[in-house]
Amino acid sequence: MKTSTPVTSVIAAIGATVITLAQNWKLAGFILVLIAGAIFPLCASGVFTFQITQLLIYAIAIAGLNLLTGFNGQFSLGHSAFYAIGAYVSAVLMTQLDMPFYLTIPIAAAVCFVFGFLFGLPALRLEGIYLALATFALAIATPQILKFKPVEHLTGGVQGLALFHLKPEAPFGLPFDQDQWTFYVTFAVTILMFFLAFSLVNSRSGRAMKAIRDNHIAAKVTGIDLSLFKTLTFGVSALFTGVAGSLSALLIAFVAPDSFQITLAIAIFVGMVVGGVGWIPGAFLGALFILFVPNIAEHIAFGLSAFFDLIRKVIPFFPSIGEQSAKGLTGTVYGVFLILLIYVMPSGLAGLLRLAVQRLARARS
Amino acid sequence: MEQVVQQIIGGLATGAIYACIALSIVMIYQAIDHLNFAQGEMAMFSTYIAWQLMQWGAPYWGAFFITIAISFVLGYVIERTVFKPVHNAPVLSHIVIFIALFAIINSMAGFIWEFTIKPFPTPFGTKSVLGEGLLSAHGAGMIAVTGVMLGMLYLFFRYTRVGLAMRAASANPDSARLVGIRVGFMNALGWGMAAAIGAVAGMMIAPVVFLEPNMMVTILLYGFAGAVVGGLTSPGGAVFGGFAVGVIENLASFVPHFGAEMKLSIALALIILVLTLKPSGLFGRRIVSRV
Repeated sequence: MKTSTPVTSVIAAIGATVITLAQNWKLAGFILVLIAGAIFPLCASGVFTFQITQLLIYAIAIAGLNLLTGFNGQFSLGHSAFYAIGAYVSAVLMTQLDMPFYLTIPIAAAVCFVFGFLFGLPALRLEGIYLALATFALAIATPQILKFKPVEHLTGGVQGLALFHLKPEAPFGLPFDQDQWTFYVTFAVTILMFFLAFSLVNSRSGRAMKAIRDNHIAAKVTGIDLSLFKTLTFGVSALFTGVAGSLSALLIAFVAPDSFQITLAIAIFVGMVVGGVGWIPGAFLGALFILFVPNIAEHIAFGLSAFFDLIRKVIPFFPSIGEQSAKGLTGTVYGVFLILLIYVMPSGLAGLLRLAVQRLARARS
Repeated sequence: MEQVVQQIIGGLATGAIYACIALSIVMIYQAIDHLNFAQGEMAMFSTYIAWQLMQWGAPYWGAFFITIAISFVLGYVIERTVFKPVHNAPVLSHIVIFIALFAIINSMAGFIWEFTIKPFPTPFGTKSVLGEGLLSAHGAGMIAVTGVMLGMLYLFFRYTRVGLAMRAASANPDSARLVGIRVGFMNALGWGMAAAIGAVAGMMIAPVVFLEPNMMVTILLYGFAGAVVGGLTSPGGAVFGGFAVGVIENLASFVPHFGAEMKLSIALALIILVLTLKPSGLFGRRIVSRV
C-alpha cells in the first residue's frame, strides 16, 4: 500500500527535474554555471575572486572582438580604446554626476556603440592589414588622447580618477564584501552579454554578418547592406568591449590613461586568437590565457635565470644576469608560447577541442 | 614666419627618421604583402648590436657596416625559421606572430643589454650646419643617408636581375615561380633587406632619441603613417611620406593644445585620413583584384 507523504513527493519532484535536466543538457549546464557562480565567491579567497572577476571581464571584451573578427571578418588591434572609453564613461559619470555604477553600464555601452559605429565608417574602406594598421594607430594614440588637456577637469589627466570611495556596497544588507559583490555584478553582466552574443550570431543579422565574412560580394548580391552591417558590427563589438571596460573600472576602482596601452589591445587580440576565432565560448579560454600565461611565463623566466646562475658557477666567464634582466626574459617566453601556439593549433584552442572531439568520435565508432 | 621655417626644417630632420622606418616597412610590404609590426623592434635590436660592437672597440663606420650585414642575416633567418612554416596561414596568424616577435625581440634586448638608457654616437657631429640651431649636422647627415639609401634601392630594383626577380615574386608569386624565380628565397631576401634598412634607420635615430628597448614603439607608428601617406607600394612615396609626417607633426604644434603631448594622435589622424580619402596613398599604385 502506498501513501503519498510530502517527503516522497519532494523526491519525485526532484527526480522529475533531474530527468528533464538530463534530457536538456544545455539548461542543466546553465543551471550548474549559475550555482557555481553563486557559491564561488563564498569559498574562494579575495585574490582569487578578484582574478576570476577580471577573467570574466576579459572574456566579455574578447567576445566583443570575436563578434567583429570571427563573425564579420574585420580586424582590430585597437579594442583597448573602446575598453578605455567604457571605463572612463563610468568613472566620469560616477565622480562628476554621482551616478550609481549600475546606471553607468548602459550609458558606457551606448557611448562605445556610437564610437565603434563612427570608427566603423572609415574602417569600411579598409581591408585586412590596413584595418589592423589603423586600429593599431588608435591603440597607440589612446593613452595620449585620454590625457587631452582641455578635458582634464573631467578625466583627471595623467593622474586618472580614483573610485575607491564610490564602489557600491551589496544592497539590501546582503552579507557580501565589496569584492564579492563586484563579482556578482560582473557575473550577472557576463551572463547577459554572452546571452546577447549567442542570440546575435544565431539571428538573421548574425547570418548576414557571417555572409559578409565569407564572401562579401555574394552577400551584397543577396541584398545585404554591407556598409550598414559592417559599421553596426563594429558598434556592437565596441559595445561589448566598452561594457567590459566599464566593469573593469568597478573592479580596479581606478582609471588612468596608462592602464589602456597597446598591450591591452594586444592582450584582447591574442585572447581571441587563442580561444578560437568565430567561437564565442572560446572567449573564456582566451581570457584564461591572457590572465595566467604571462605569470607562468614570468615563472619560467625566473627558472631560466636560475639555470643561467648554475651555468655561471660551472663556467666563470658566462655573463652575469641580474634579477631585473631575468624578468626581461618574460616577454621572450611569452612570445615563444605564442609562436608555438600558432604552429601547433592554428585555429586556437577551439580548433584543438574540435579535433579532439572528432578523434574521440572516430575512436568510438 | 621665421618660426614656421624653423619648424619646417626641424620637421624635415625628424622626418628623415620616419622616412627611414617607412622605407623599411614598405620593403617588407613589397616582399611579403604584410606590414611588419615587429619592424621597429628589429631596428632597435640592430642598433644594440652596433652599440655592442663599438663597446668592443670597433670604429663607427666599421660597426655600421658589420651591423648592416648582421641585420641582413638575422632578417633572412627570421623569415626562414619563423615565417616559412606559416606562409599560407591566414593574416590573423601572421599578426600574432608579429606580436610574438615584438615581445621576444623587445625582451631579449632588455635581457642582454638591460633597460637603462644608453647614449649612441653620431658620425656627423652635433654642430649646426644651417643657421643658429636650425639644422644639426646629424640631421643633415640623416637626410643624406636616407637619400643615398633610396637611390641605391631604386637602382637595385630598376637595374639588377635580383631586383627584378624580387618585384616579380611579390607582384605575382605564381607566375614568378613558373618562370623559375625562387619565390620563397626572394621573400627571405626582402626580409633581410628590410632588416638592413631598419638597422640603418635605428643607427640614425639612436643619437636623437637615445638607445633603449622601447625607443621604437612610437617611431614605428610615425613610420606607418609615413608609409601610408606615401603609399605602401612606393618606396619613394614612403620617403616623401616620412618627411611629410615630420613636417606636419611640427607644424601642428602651432595649433593650441596639440603640442608634444598629442603628437601620436596626429599620426593616427593622418593614417585614418589618408586611408579613408586615398587608400593607395599619394604615390601608390591602386591594386585592382579580379573577382
